[in-house]
Amino acid sequence: MNMIQAINSAMDVMMERDPSVVVMGEDVGFFGGVFRATAGLQQKYGKNRVFDTPITECGIIGVAVGMGAYGLRPVPEIQFADYIYPALDQLVSEAARLRYRSAGEFIAPMTVRSPFGGGIFGGQTHSQSPEGIFTHCSGIKTVIPSTPYDAKGLLIAAIEDNDPTLFFEPKRIYNGPFDGHYDTPAKSWAGHADAQVPTGYYRIALGKARIARAGEALTILCYGTMVHVVEDTVKTLGIDAEIVDLRSLVPLDIDTIEASVKKTGRCLIVHEATRTSGFGAELLAQVQERCFYHLEAPIERVTGFDTPYPHSLEWAYFPGPVRIREAINKIMKD
Amino acid sequence: MTDPIGSGGMDGQAGRNLPPLRLHVPEPPARPGESADFTHFDIPAADAAPRPDEAAQPSDMRDLAYGLVRVLDEDSAAVGAWNPKLPPETLLRMLRYMALTRAFDARMFRAQRQGKTSFYMKSTGEEAVSIGAALALARDDMCFPSYRQQGILLARDWPMADMMNQIYSNTGDRLKGRQLPIMYSAREAGFFSISGNLTTQYPQAVGWAMASAARGDTRIAATWCGEGSTAEGDFHSACTFASVYRAPVIMNVVNNQWAISSFSGFAGAEATTFAARAVGYGIAGLRVDGNDILAVYAATRWAADRARANGGPTLIEHFTYRVEGHSTSDDPSAYRSAEESSLWPLGDPIARLKQHCITLGIWDEDRHAAMDKELAELVRDAAREAEKNGILGHGLHHPMESMFEDVFEEMPWHLKEQQQQMLDEWKAAGL
Repeated sequence: MNMIQAINSAMDVMMERDPSVVVMGEDVGFFGGVFRATAGLQQKYGKNRVFDTPITECGIIGVAVGMGAYGLRPVPEIQFADYIYPALDQLVSEAARLRYRSAGEFIAPMTVRSPFGGGIFGGQTHSQSPEGIFTHCSGIKTVIPSTPYDAKGLLIAAIEDNDPTLFFEPKRIYNGPFDGHYDTPAKSWAGHADAQVPTGYYRIALGKARIARAGEALTILCYGTMVHVVEDTVKTLGIDAEIVDLRSLVPLDIDTIEASVKKTGRCLIVHEATRTSGFGAELLAQVQERCFYHLEAPIERVTGFDTPYPHSLEWAYFPGPVRIREAINKIMKD
Repeated sequence: MTDPIGSGGMDGQAGRNLPPLRLHVPEPPARPGESADFTHFDIPAADAAPRPDEAAQPSDMRDLAYGLVRVLDEDSAAVGAWNPKLPPETLLRMLRYMALTRAFDARMFRAQRQGKTSFYMKSTGEEAVSIGAALALARDDMCFPSYRQQGILLARDWPMADMMNQIYSNTGDRLKGRQLPIMYSAREAGFFSISGNLTTQYPQAVGWAMASAARGDTRIAATWCGEGSTAEGDFHSACTFASVYRAPVIMNVVNNQWAISSFSGFAGAEATTFAARAVGYGIAGLRVDGNDILAVYAATRWAADRARANGGPTLIEHFTYRVEGHSTSDDPSAYRSAEESSLWPLGDPIARLKQHCITLGIWDEDRHAAMDKELAELVRDAAREAEKNGILGHGLHHPMESMFEDVFEEMPWHLKEQQQQMLDEWKAAGL
C-alpha cells in the first residue's frame, strides 16, 4: 500500500469496527477526497457516516466538536493544512479545552486529518507545516507519520483516542518516499519494507518514537517527509547517525530522544516548518535540559526559513540534502 | 513624487472632480445625558403575525423575519394565532422561574460586590428568553447556551447551590475552578459547557443536531448568541451547515440591543433585522417579542415541532433589552441614556406575565409578593450552602495539582513533570 491507501484502510477498518466513526470534509464523500484518501468510504458506509461539507473550516471543526459531544467519533479532513487557520479557534479554544473546562463532562474525540508540508510546488497556500502552532496549545495531540505502515497504525490509534488529535499527512510522500533530490524521478512505495501494510486492524501507540536507523555518531530528530531526506543524506555521507522518527510531537517520546542523544553526544533537529518558535526550538530546549553534560557539540537545527513558502524558489526553501549535509559536517567537526 | 496607489485605475489622478466618499459609522439614538427615544420602533399589534404550519417552507414565512411575533397585548390578554393557550399551572410555573432567575441574579450580583467572586452577569429583562425556551423544549434536548441563559438551568431544576459553587470556584465546583463564574456545564441538564469565545457554540449545536439526525434520535439541539456576535464567522458557518443538512436545531439570537458598549447597529441592525439573516440561508426565521414569554414559548415550540418533524432549522430573533450592564465589570451609564431601560417599549417580561395572570384571575399582588419573598429565601439558603464550600480567593478550592488534570484523558509525562515541579517549588518555599 502507498500512504494514501494505508490511510484509507485505517478509516475503513475503524468505520467497520465502530459505528460512531464518521468521516467529513470538503470533497471527501462522493468524490473520495482530492487526494483520494476517503475513496470508496461513502459507497461502503453511506452518506450518514461519510459526507461532503460546505467550505468553512471553522464550521467543519465546530460541527465535529458538537458531534463528538453527542457521542460520535468524527474524522474531519481539512483539505490542506494551510486552510486550518480559519478553524484555529474551534481547534485550540474549543476542541482542545472542552474536556478541561467541563472537567470531563464533555469531550471532543476527533481526529483531524490534513495533508501538510511542501515539496510539491504548492506555493504559499499548499505547502505549510503548522504543527508548531498546535504543539504550543494545551489539550490537543499532534501526530505525523512517515511511512504507510505507521500512517495506518497511528491513524487507528488516533481515531480510538478520546482526545482531539491532529493527524498531519506529509503529502510529498503519499505516493513514494522522497530523498530530497527533486530533479530525480519520483520513487514509489512499491516494494518498500514500510509499505507492507496489513489489511486488518493494528495500532501504533501514540507517543512512541521509531528508530528509523540505529547509529552511534549523531542523533537526528525528525518526522514526516524529512525522515526520508535525512536517511538518504546520511547514507550518501556514510555517517553512523541514529535517526529518530518522532511520529508524534504531543505526546512526545522524550525517553527515546534522551537515550539516543546521551548515547551519541550530538544532536541535529530537522523539520520543514519555519524556524522561529518552531517545534525544533522545543526539541532543542528539551535536549539541552536533559543531555547538556553529554553533548560534545552544540545542537543544530535545519528548518524552513522564516519566510512564507516561495513558489519558484521552493527547493532553496526546502530543508534538503545540501543543508542537512552542511549541518552534519558542522556538528561532527568538534 | 510617485503615486503610491499606482495610476492604473480610472484616470489615476488625485483630485478628480467627484464628491469625496464618506464612511458611515453607526451611532445609537441616545447617549448619556440625552433622552431615550424608541419612537422609531415599529411594534405591530399582538395579533398581527400569522402562524404558519410547522411544515411551511421558509420562503412562505419571509415576512415573519421582519415582523414581531407577540401574544400578550396592551390589555394583558393573550391574543392571536401564536397564543399557546397554556393552562394556568404552566403560566404560574413560567412566572416562578422568571422570578427565581431574577432573585438568583440579584443575590449573585451582590456576592460579587461583596468580593465573594470575581465576576457575574445578570439577565435582568431577558428572563423570558431562557425560561420560555426551556419550558417549550423537551428536558433531554441539548442546549448550547451563551452566558445569559442561566434561566435554562433553573427551569430544569438544576440545584442552585451547584451553580453557586461554580460561581465561587470552590471545593464543590464540579468544574474544579477552571472557568470564569457563570460559565456552567451540566451534561445531566442538557446544558453544554459555556465558552468565553463568542458564538463558537453555534456550529457545535448544529453538529450535535446533525449527529442526532444521523443516528435517528428524536432529540434536537438549541443554541443562543447575542445580536453582536452574529457578526462572528462561526454564526454564518453554522447557518450554512444547518441549512445544508436541514439540521434539527433552533438558533436563537438574543437581540438585547447592546454588546457591552456597542449598540446593535454595529452588528448590522440599521440595515435589517437579525431574524432576516435566516432568509439568505433559506432557513425559517422568526422575530419575536423577547419580553413576551408566551411569544417566546410559542415560537420555540413551533420551531421544536418543526425540527422534530424533519422540517429543518429555525432562527429566532428575540427582540429584548439588556436592563443591566453587560457584566459586573461594566458601567452602562458611561455609554447609554440612563432612562433607556425604563422607557423600553416592550416592558418587563415578569411584570407582563404577572399582569396577564392577574387579569385571568389566577394570581394577585399579595401572592406575587409572597412568592418573591419565598424565592429570595430559597436563593439565600442555597448561597449559604454553597459558601460552606468556600468563596473565591479564600483558600477553599480544589487541590493545586488538579490544575493538571483533564488536559488529556491520561496525563502525559510533561504535565506530570510540571505538576511535580510545582509541588516541589511550593514545598521548598515552605508553603
